[in-house]
Amino acid sequence: MRFDTVIIGGGLAGLICGIRLAKQGERCAIISLGHSALHFSSGSLELLGALPDGSTVVSPADALDALRQMAPEHPYARYSRERFLALAAEGATLMQEAGVATFGSAEQNHYRLTPVGAMKPAWLTFEGYVHSPNADSLPWKNVALFNAEGFLDFYAQFLKDEMLRMGTKCAAYTFNLPELEQIRQNPTEMRSANIARIFDKRETLDKLADIIAAKMDDAEAILLPAVLGVDCKDGVRYLEQKLGRKVAVIATLPPSVPGLQVQTLLRRYFQELGGVYMLGDTAVGYKSEGNKITAVYTRNHGDIPFLATNYVLATGSFFSGGLEATNDRICEPLFGADVQYVADRGEWYDRDLFKPQAYESFGVKTDELLRAMRQGQVIDNLYVAGATLPGFNAVKEGCGAGVSILTALDVAERILSKK
Amino acid sequence: MMTEQSNFNFEQCIKCTVCTVYCPVASVNPLFPGPKQAGPDGERLRLKHKGFYDESLKWCLNCKRCEVACPSNVRIGDIIQAARIKHSTKKPGLREKMLANTDFMGSMATPFAPIVNFSVGLKPVKVVLDKVIGIDHRRTFPKYSFGTFESWMKRRRKKQAKYARQVSYFHGCYVNYNNPQLGKDFVKVMNALGVGVQMLEKEKCCGVPLISNGLIDKARRQGEVNTASIRKSVVENKWPVVGTSSTCTFTLRDEYPHLLDIDNADVRDHIELATRYIYRLLAEGNVQLRFKKKAPVRRVAYHTACHMEKLGWAYYSIELLRMIPGVELTVLDSQCCGIAGTYGFKKENYPTAQAIGEGIFRKIEASGCDVVSTDCETCKWQIEMSTSKPVVHPISLLAEALE
Repeated sequence: MRFDTVIIGGGLAGLICGIRLAKQGERCAIISLGHSALHFSSGSLELLGALPDGSTVVSPADALDALRQMAPEHPYARYSRERFLALAAEGATLMQEAGVATFGSAEQNHYRLTPVGAMKPAWLTFEGYVHSPNADSLPWKNVALFNAEGFLDFYAQFLKDEMLRMGTKCAAYTFNLPELEQIRQNPTEMRSANIARIFDKRETLDKLADIIAAKMDDAEAILLPAVLGVDCKDGVRYLEQKLGRKVAVIATLPPSVPGLQVQTLLRRYFQELGGVYMLGDTAVGYKSEGNKITAVYTRNHGDIPFLATNYVLATGSFFSGGLEATNDRICEPLFGADVQYVADRGEWYDRDLFKPQAYESFGVKTDELLRAMRQGQVIDNLYVAGATLPGFNAVKEGCGAGVSILTALDVAERILSKK
Repeated sequence: MMTEQSNFNFEQCIKCTVCTVYCPVASVNPLFPGPKQAGPDGERLRLKHKGFYDESLKWCLNCKRCEVACPSNVRIGDIIQAARIKHSTKKPGLREKMLANTDFMGSMATPFAPIVNFSVGLKPVKVVLDKVIGIDHRRTFPKYSFGTFESWMKRRRKKQAKYARQVSYFHGCYVNYNNPQLGKDFVKVMNALGVGVQMLEKEKCCGVPLISNGLIDKARRQGEVNTASIRKSVVENKWPVVGTSSTCTFTLRDEYPHLLDIDNADVRDHIELATRYIYRLLAEGNVQLRFKKKAPVRRVAYHTACHMEKLGWAYYSIELLRMIPGVELTVLDSQCCGIAGTYGFKKENYPTAQAIGEGIFRKIEASGCDVVSTDCETCKWQIEMSTSKPVVHPISLLAEALE
């Protein structure tokens, strides 16, 4: 199979890179081992929420200089302010084109509300999700919160308490519907995606609207868990029209309905642009000549190779198999690319779970152009994007989605500029 | 206390629940606990004690979409099927035996095809089948053909042997008893590419309906016969084995070692799907397909069958369809159509099967296609019954377009 570019990894970085390349007419294939971390999405994408020293970031663009000083190996450290803003803007535009409407900017963080009621800095929040310009207040003084009866991946009491602390009065209700009774026959399946599916039907949303209307009183906004449909993506707007009130949703614990929707939309857009998306396959081998990769082999395709001019490694980190840890070393399992990590195993992690963990910033070494290294040599046509890169802590710095999107676009541009 | 060992990697499951999100059954039938619960979660308990086995696992239609979705390579579908094989105490009844023994039913029916086809289409017969043995009366039966593919092939052995290159064709029960034309189309396409077609020394049903209906011993016996014939073809004659059915091909390659303990490691990579084999021939660059000069425009919608999705080979069929002059191709989102072989024939499964397929039926109607194409015969029955569109195998579309 011959392509211009083969991307290994079908998560956020792989998809964004593929979309950008396919838009320029490149023939791309994405090889994806199952579904990605997007299924854990919070309903927002983050760019940079905190510096490595823990201080909060208000403007990601303004924080770049400080970040460069504290973490010279951070993927963002290579970008000027202008370049950083340009890549971020392009990422937001691609999302829009794929059908993902968002709110937010790279110059100023806003805050999203987590399912346990904490406020976290965010860059782009999907349309319809709760967000606020401030870390310690919501845009409303009086809200009504509705949760599905028996749905445990959403913490109404925490949310209520936290909102009250922020000066927002919250009346919490549960709702029940015959369709929910159906799902409840199997209590383990009272999960976000299953609940969301019942709201793909307008009749079910209508019934929910009636329940809310009877109880909402003078609430300024109606808040719900993000379960208002999987295929149907305008549940929030529909309820707003029916109720004549502001309606907003809050992401639940996984599986994430917004993540599921974004994954579907990005994949569909990539395929509409002519991209080939191979789900459920694993890259298991390669061929190289000198400093070039000439073929990649997968489990499903056996001896039929994926031939391409360029390859992109967007396999993520430990969770998705992009990196592997053994007792004494960390490796990149496919190409045996060089990995940047601390040799002493004792320093890989901190016993305090909530402290920054060193292993999170391990990743594949690259040159300035994001090409992977092997035994100290640059591989000319193997680029690295997203969580496979070293030098950042996605959790503590709140920068996972941003690193994925910005480096994926950067890699795509480098591939295109070679032509 | 000693616990049993599991042959499956259930401990790789990180409980992300992505499998359940993409399970076609869990989204329409609340009685099925979903692949995570039925698979790796349940396996942990079943190893402790068989009493944890739950008959609700019967709702699994073995589409393997959970495995395709899993980011940790857990063999969820295999875990569920193996648990059913090991623990289910439900004995297969007359209905299961009728649905599962496609070979026997086919060889009984084909000599009397016109009568059989006429009778099973009759309302009173359908009512009896529904009420007495539990085959849903709303289901349309695939028609039997008058005369089998094998008998047609036997008359062509000598001519086929003249080609320098040879393949063995695993035609499957469907081609043999229901649609010999597809087999003839396959022979035409192969011959056009300079390849002669042979039959396996002995071909039995691949066993997939036997496995899903709990007739495991018989499935294993047939699997051993098939694997021995495949070995003879691949190892002795150096002929690869090619199938037109995605499910038969998947079963011969993967279900045999995973569920029936048949070791086929030496031949597995030489069991191919027709469209992939053609892709291979064309990629070698020594042969070309010659198409008819005048090609009518045909809007084709390609449907990726579940086992095709699991094989990961839809690409080859799609690329082949794109090569056919006049074909305007739409690739439908890969979704289960609901029938899953014999599953959708059973009365208690009928509503689940139709609810699963509802989305794809709607998309097919909305696509404005003239014809749907898929590599799976049971998807064809389901889609033809549930939409207004005819369904044609990619190989038949190709054969029709050849000079």
